[in-house]
Amino acid sequence: MIKVKLFATFRNGREKEIHFEYYEGITGREIIEKLGIKEEEVAIFIVNGRDKKWDEPIEDEATVSLFPPVGGG
Amino acid sequence: MFGYAGKVLRINLTEKQIKLEDLDMNLARKYLGGRGLATKIFMDEVDPNVEPLSPENKLIVASGPLTGTTVPTGGRYMVITKAPLTGTIGCSNSGGYFGAELKSAGYDMIIFEGKADSPVYISIEDDKVEIKDASHLWGKLVSEATDELMNKYGQKARVLCIGPAGERLSKIAAIMNDYDRAAGRSGVGAVMGSKNLKAVVVKGSKKAKYADEEETKKVVSDKIKKIRENGITGEGLPTYGTAVLVNIINEHGILPVKNFQKAYSEDADKISGETMTRDILVRRNPCYRCPIACGRWVKLKDGREVGGPEYETLWAFGADCGIYDIDAIAEANFWCNEYGLDTISAGTTIAAAMELYEKGYVKDEEIEEDGYSFKFGDVEAIIGWTKKMGAREGFGDKLAEGSYRLCESYGVPELSMSVKKQELPAYDPRGVQGHGLEYATSNRGGCHVRGYMISPEILGSPEKLDRFTLEGKAEWVKVFQDLTAVIDSLGVCLFTSFALGAQDYVELMNAVSGTDYNVDTLLEAGSRIYTLERLFNIKAGIDPKEDKLPDRLLEEPIPEGPSKGHVHRLSELLPKYYEIRGWGRDGIPTEETLQKLSV
Repeated sequence: MIKVKLFATFRNGREKEIHFEYYEGITGREIIEKLGIKEEEVAIFIVNGRDKKWDEPIEDEATVSLFPPVGGG
Repeated sequence: MFGYAGKVLRINLTEKQIKLEDLDMNLARKYLGGRGLATKIFMDEVDPNVEPLSPENKLIVASGPLTGTTVPTGGRYMVITKAPLTGTIGCSNSGGYFGAELKSAGYDMIIFEGKADSPVYISIEDDKVEIKDASHLWGKLVSEATDELMNKYGQKARVLCIGPAGERLSKIAAIMNDYDRAAGRSGVGAVMGSKNLKAVVVKGSKKAKYADEEETKKVVSDKIKKIRENGITGEGLPTYGTAVLVNIINEHGILPVKNFQKAYSEDADKISGETMTRDILVRRNPCYRCPIACGRWVKLKDGREVGGPEYETLWAFGADCGIYDIDAIAEANFWCNEYGLDTISAGTTIAAAMELYEKGYVKDEEIEEDGYSFKFGDVEAIIGWTKKMGAREGFGDKLAEGSYRLCESYGVPELSMSVKKQELPAYDPRGVQGHGLEYATSNRGGCHVRGYMISPEILGSPEKLDRFTLEGKAEWVKVFQDLTAVIDSLGVCLFTSFALGAQDYVELMNAVSGTDYNVDTLLEAGSRIYTLERLFNIKAGIDPKEDKLPDRLLEEPIPEGPSKGHVHRLSELLPKYYEIRGWGRDGIPTEETLQKLSV
């Protein structure tokens, strides 16, 4: 199982937390495709708090967090 | 004379004398304005060893050359003084509308000297400047004092004032303007209080002058376009405010929890920008000519509509105190604004008191009469203690001194999460190495807005850096600190830098002021300003050994969450930083560097 957490405007029309069945080799790119989010809409894509490349496989039980361009303070 | 008003107002409160002086344009070319120029003037006039709350300390309220112009976000003013919290140069910056109004009244800055023998306020209506009796305003909350002055001077007047915290010389007192904007940090409000100066009310009618009006129009519209098209300044900040950071920072495992004992919380979403927008947001609350409008206007539980909490405040009174109740935090924020307290230092000082209590240093009998606990997570406590701190009542008197002096009084200064006695903001540096170097080397003590390394290390702007590595970080910190010094000196908002780069500021400054800066000379001015501030601190007796972080952040790895296992590696970064700054190994700027920058 992979937990995907969505933030800011990615929550519009979607649940804020979505679970995906794990399979070997699943990548960030596949996950956002399933969510209908385009790569260029994502500013921060982290897996367990660490940066990852879109085509790197994600491990089972991981938490994926996705943010659009957001802000500072 | 373009951009600048060309005039300095010097007000001696002891002698009740008001003088008008010409701005020294040669100095302005070197130190730009605002933060830089006011620091230079302050250093030329004040002994760095001055006692911050004595009449000999001065307080400068300064705008920049772009303040009050059509440049987007050009409403900033800065407060320069020797800071009571840190003993370093004090340099606090605020938005709203006061700064632009001061410029349109015809002044680049006001220099306050001495001490009035009874409470006064200053009224400025263009050329008419008066020192007035403020005994009827003394003791009043910020909104009460502001209302009263607005009723007298009209709704177009702009008011800067202190609340009871500044009057009572709290070392974490802010200077407030336009009700809910704050020159928040380092206790600058106490300096105003020590001078018996309650408020400044200003009304101006003069238009800004431009070196090249057509070019300014063109450049300004280009920069507004860039700000609107940037994801951070065009969408993230307008929609959610700075509070949007709560989830971002938490997901990276660097949201300090319970006085930096942990760095991740499962409950962070409850105090996030997303939750604030959904549950309590009424509308946006923009500053002068700002296309970003990150400020919030929110509804409190009792129905009152007030200025809303920033990210820093949501964290300081929230996760850092173990609290995840957005209504309670919004109320604590409201009381900080009313008493005139810095929300970062106020919230984190309560968090430090909570750890002192948890570890048995603060005993129940000490706080029994106050009626509030110091248990992490106690919602009533953060509101109750904020009021007591603002009024210096009961144990609140100790809190009003800030976390360092509080923890030191129990023999455990190491429990204060501060640098140079100023409380750290909302990012655990163990998981952002460059940002930690920035904390350690900030000229005003623990601070995130001297060189906001969260931008490249977390947000990926202008490019993404690995937050755990050290390579190149010292160089990045220097450039960010120098550019920030420029932005603060010009009188625009730091948030523009998500969308604009050094070349954009060059274009704005040259179009408005008719100067001929380029990226190199503008950044060199930033470096000159940064080095000047450093010199002040050294002359004021701040040992470069104080360029450090609390032991906890250097020695204890983050216990859980996405940054688990990391400590901050300051000792590996600092020598490189000194080297590229042209400072000796002892952290003191070399003669050669001072000459090169012509400080």
